[in-house]
Amino acid sequence: MRNPDREVEVEGAGRVKDLLAKLGIPASTVLVIRDRALLTREDVLVEGDRVEVRPVISGGSGNS
Amino acid sequence: MRCRRCKKPAVVEVRRHNAAFCDSCFQAYVHAQVRKAVDGLGMFSCDERILVAVSGGKDSLALWDILISQGYRVDGLYLGLGVGEYSKRSQRACEAFASERRVNLRVYDTAIEEGYDVPRAAKGPRTPCSVCGLAKRHLFNRLALEGGYDVVATGHNLDDEAAVLLGNVLRWETGYLARQKPVLQSTHPGLARKVKPLYRVAERETAAYAVLRDIDYVVQECPLAVGNTQIELKHALDAIEETSPGTKHAFLFGFLERAAKAFEGEDAVELHACSRCDMPTGGALELCAYCRMRDSLTGSRGPSAEEERL
Repeated sequence: MRNPDREVEVEGAGRVKDLLAKLGIPASTVLVIRDRALLTREDVLVEGDRVEVRPVISGGSGNS
Repeated sequence: MRCRRCKKPAVVEVRRHNAAFCDSCFQAYVHAQVRKAVDGLGMFSCDERILVAVSGGKDSLALWDILISQGYRVDGLYLGLGVGEYSKRSQRACEAFASERRVNLRVYDTAIEEGYDVPRAAKGPRTPCSVCGLAKRHLFNRLALEGGYDVVATGHNLDDEAAVLLGNVLRWETGYLARQKPVLQSTHPGLARKVKPLYRVAERETAAYAVLRDIDYVVQECPLAVGNTQIELKHALDAIEETSPGTKHAFLFGFLERAAKAFEGEDAVELHACSRCDMPTGGALELCAYCRMRDSLTGSRGPSAEEERL
């Protein structure tokens, strides 16, 4: 699995929804993945966790 | 958060249904949505041959995985459009998927087979997405007919359909609204049936399904599509969805169930055979839009349909 974008460090543990709020990312537009497992908004992150915030939006051509 | 069905810890939340699911119940939910789409609208039957158009992204590979799991006769088609490293990576993802599951994939490279690629084509009057869309519509149809398939399946999901609907409503594109259906029946021997079995599954759900199934899809967006109209429309809908879950679902299904009938016939057009490729085309021009585009890109006139037959 790949996500070629940036890496950021976020201070403080908390729930996934808190992390997304800090990053300003709507929860409906991403998946949050830790150790190849999907997390829900209510899952708790602990100090030192590495997670991937993977965008789900794609789009391209066509009207119909 | 607990699974709505079995009460185990949930891994995916589906806010539009006010539900959450564990891994196996979520996969069962996605499969049920596809079954409902396929059986409910008569998209295809078990004995028909299906060609699924795959891009290497989450939606088309998830769709292929689901249809294989459900026992359908389904092959993949990947169109190589020449978008640098992105296209190479996408092709590798499709090939790896097919190889792991021992299913058939056809790779069709437009530079080799048709004499153009999308980056070069996009230097003309059309945008890259417009060139890509025109090429895909023409080639999926032509290659499906040539290969003897009964139906072409694409990975358009609920969010794709809602964004396209919003774009068509904002501009009152009544002809496009008439064609915005999960099933487009074949209305001419030169037109394959086209279906969208994922239209009941949201984009985040297809992505979650792909992760849970360990499908190694290409996460990166096409570099030529960044900031295109459809993505902007999705952002607009997502902003509403964030505070009002279920809006996209209600918008799309409200249209399909209550409003679509009002646009029936708006896309009526007399078809004639393109004098170059023999595919059906509307309008007064002798050549279809695809052949006109290809001619302008390759600077050459290909053989006419009559010459091809000789």
